[in-house]
Amino acid sequence: MMLSCKEATRLVSQGLDRRLGLAERVRLRLHLAICDGCTNFREQLAFLREAVTRLADANQSRK
Amino acid sequence: MKEKDFRSRVEGERAYLLRYASLQLRDAHAAEDAVQETLLAALAGEAGFGGRSNLRTWLTGILKHKIVDAIRRAAREAPAGSEEEFDALFDEKGHWLEMPGAWKEPQAAAEQSQFFAKLEECLARLPAKTAQVFMMREHMGLETGEICKELAVTPTHCWVLLYRARMALRECLNMSWFAR
Repeated sequence: MMLSCKEATRLVSQGLDRRLGLAERVRLRLHLAICDGCTNFREQLAFLREAVTRLADANQSRK
Repeated sequence: MKEKDFRSRVEGERAYLLRYASLQLRDAHAAEDAVQETLLAALAGEAGFGGRSNLRTWLTGILKHKIVDAIRRAAREAPAGSEEEFDALFDEKGHWLEMPGAWKEPQAAAEQSQFFAKLEECLARLPAKTAQVFMMREHMGLETGEICKELAVTPTHCWVLLYRARMALRECLNMSWFAR
């Protein structure tokens, strides 16, 4: 069964917090291969992580 | 290092620490308390510093423990929310109603202080517990396992909270920054 976008977003998020199982990774990869929306979503979560890491420093240098 | 020098150097990091604690706790009093406890612990434990590492790094390490204590105290009464609040983004088959488009020049955004101000506004709109778990994970860089243990929640609940935070922040940044 193909993943829905909603399920794919959950797996993308959880992939940032735990190692996904083999079946999960395969299904997610198949979904991302054909879904631009979820591919963008994944990149945006990665960017969010990077931005939040820099939050305190960014504010420090602003002052 | 002379005691007086150490004291003033520690004191000099107060603003940074307060900033850090406020981001995590989103409660001015709790942040103030955590920083105060950190400074006291630092002054009492000067020997533990011994100039081995960067002072700010060392102080931040102490502060993280104080923040986790504060969050643990506050977490006891926080209720859990609904898991289905993002249904509005998807149709009944789970497809996006509006597909996320690529963000334009995210790296350029991350060079701008206005962007970080917007990110903080978005963070401020999250429910308190969701924001705390998210910040423990993404800003402090704790593992989900540690967060679950500290807050006495199941890993599954942790993942749900993190998912919720990321969904909400992505939406918020999408609307308030990248859609301009």
